Amino acid sequence: MSVSDNPPLESPAGPLVRSVRDDFHGDLLEVSMGPHHPSTHGVFRMVVTLDGETIAKLKPVFGYLHRNHEKIGENTSYLGSMPYTDRLDYLCSMTNNWAYALAVERLSGQAVPERAEYLRIILAELTRLLNHTCLAGFLLQDSGASGTPLMYAFREREKILDLFEALSGSRMMCNYQRFGGCRADAPPGWLDAARALAGGFGRFLDEYEELITGNEILMARTQGVGRLPAALAVSAGVTGPMLRAAGVDYDVRKVDGYGLYPRFNFRVPLGAHGDTYDRYMIRILEMRESIKILQQALRDIPDGPIMDPKARLRGFRPKQGEVYSRIEGPKGEIGFYLISDGGPNPYRYRVRPPSFINLTLLEDLCLGHTVADAVVILGSIDIVLGEVDR
Amino acid sequence: MESPEQIRDRVLARFPGAPAAVVSNPGPAAQHSLLLGAEHARAVAEFLRDDPLLRLDFCSNVTGVDWLDRELVETSRVSTPDPAGGPPRVTEAKTRRLQAGYLEVVYHLYSVALKHGPVVLRLRTANRTDSVELPSLTPVWRSCEFQEREVFDLYGVVFRGHPDLRRILMWDGFKDHPMRKDYAEPDDYEWEPTPHAEVMAKARRHYPAAGAGGAEP
Repeated sequence: MSVSDNPPLESPAGPLVRSVRDDFHGDLLEVSMGPHHPSTHGVFRMVVTLDGETIAKLKPVFGYLHRNHEKIGENTSYLGSMPYTDRLDYLCSMTNNWAYALAVERLSGQAVPERAEYLRIILAELTRLLNHTCLAGFLLQDSGASGTPLMYAFREREKILDLFEALSGSRMMCNYQRFGGCRADAPPGWLDAARALAGGFGRFLDEYEELITGNEILMARTQGVGRLPAALAVSAGVTGPMLRAAGVDYDVRKVDGYGLYPRFNFRVPLGAHGDTYDRYMIRILEMRESIKILQQALRDIPDGPIMDPKARLRGFRPKQGEVYSRIEGPKGEIGFYLISDGGPNPYRYRVRPPSFINLTLLEDLCLGHTVADAVVILGSIDIVLGEVDR
Repeated sequence: MESPEQIRDRVLARFPGAPAAVVSNPGPAAQHSLLLGAEHARAVAEFLRDDPLLRLDFCSNVTGVDWLDRELVETSRVSTPDPAGGPPRVTEAKTRRLQAGYLEVVYHLYSVALKHGPVVLRLRTANRTDSVELPSLTPVWRSCEFQEREVFDLYGVVFRGHPDLRRILMWDGFKDHPMRKDYAEPDDYEWEPTPHAEVMAKARRHYPAAGAGGAEP
C-alpha cells in the first residue's frame, strides 16, 4: 500500500502525523517537520516519511514567505526593485544589490567607475565573510552546540554590520548599489576600519577553528553524512560552496570574471568527499581567501567618482532586449533575467535563487540518514527562506 | 564557444526536420537564443548536454515569460495609375491581424566542464489557454525539477514527463497563475496602502449579506 492511500488523522492544523502500513517496512510514520521549527531557518516544512529513525522519503514544502517578488518587480520601475532585492537573501543584501545592478548595467550597456567596482568587491567579500560565519554558527547550533559557537559568529558579524551601517545607513537592508555605481562614497575612516577588520578576521578564524574544526562531536555528526557526488551536483544545478565541496571547480568569480575579479589573486578551495563536513570546511577556507581579496582591494582602491556621469536613475528606460546575468553570491550563483520592452518597468524580472535550487537535492542527501542528520544536512545547504520563497 | 547560428546548424544537421531558429536579442548584452520545437526539445537538449564541443551539463536558470495576444496592424500600399495621365494614386489599406499569445519557457545553459555559456533555449506553447503543454527537461537536467514546478505554478505551463508536477510556491487549492500578465487578483485581495473606504466598499461587495443590513462586516 502506498503512503498516500491512507486517510490522514484529523487535526485542526491538517495531517501532522499519520501512521502508514507498508508491506515491507512494517510501520512507516509521516512527520511534518516545520514550518515553525528553529532548525528550518525560517518557515520551511519537510514532510518526512520515517522508517523507525531512518528517513525513507522527504518532500520539502515551500511558499510560506511567498509574496511574488517577480510580479512586484514587473510592476515597478527598475530602480524601485533595488531596495526590494535586499529582502531576497536578507543576510546578503549587498550581493543581491550587485547582482541586480550588474544585470541592469548589462541590459543597458552602462559602465561603472573603477572606485565603485572596488567598493563592490569589498562589500561582496565582507558579505561572504558575514554569511559564512553565520553559517558556521548555525550549523553548530543545528548539530547541538547550543548558543556559544553562534554567539562567537554573531560577534564578528556585528562588526561587519557596523561597517555596512556606516556606509549605507542600514545594517541589513543596505539598498546601496545603483546602476552605474554606488549610492554614497565611503565616509572618512571607513576604509581604515575595513582594513582593521580584514586584518583581524584571520585571528577570529584561527580561534574559531581551534574550538570547532577538530571537534570530535562535529566530525562524528558531519563526516560521511549527506554525501553529494560531483556529477549529480552539476546536473542538479547546485552552485556555490556546496558545489565546490563536492569537488567541482566552478566559481563564477573565476569563470565569468565579472567586475574586477580577474585582477585579484585568490584560490578556489575544493572539497574531497562532498559530505557535510566538507561543506563546513569549504566555507572556512573561502573566508580565508575572501580576507586575501579584501586586503588586495583595500590596498589598491583608487580615488575617483563612484557613479558614472552618464548613469540615469530616474526616468530610466533601457532599450529593447534581454539579459541573464549572474554573480557568485555567498550561497551560490545568484542571477537576474530581465527582459526590457523599452518601457520604464521590466517586462520580465526573474531572480535565479541559489538556495531554492540547492534544495533540489535535499531528499537525495537525506535518504537513509536519521532525522537529526537531516537537520545538519539542511543547515549545511545554507538557505534563507526570503530567497527560497520570494 | 560556438555562436547560436552554428549550434542551430548542427542541431538541424543532426535532427533533420526539427524546427530550430535563432531569436536575436537587440540589446547590448546580445545573448541570442535558440527557439526549439516542442516535439524534438528533449532529444535536442540531450544532444546539447552530451555533445563534446558544447557539453552543456549545467542548466542554471529556467523561467517562464507570458506574451499576450497582440493586434498587428499591417499597412499595404496600392498604387493605381491615374487614367488622366497624372501621378499614380496611392491608397493605403490597413489590415488588422490578431497574433495569438503564447507562454514561453526559457532555459539558460552553461558548461561546468568546459566553462562556457550561456546558451539560451526557448520553447513556446501553441497558445495561452488550452494548449499549454511542453516537454519537461527534468530528465535531462535535474535542476529543472523545482524550477519547472515553479513555471507550472506561476504560469500554468504543463510539463509532460515531469516526475512530480505540483504547485510549489502557491498552495494546492489555488486557482489561476499569478505571474500571467492578465492575472486579476480576487475581489477580496487587499494590499497595504489601500485606503480604508475602498477596503470597506470591497468587503460590502464581497459579503453582500453583511453589507445589506448596514452592519459593518
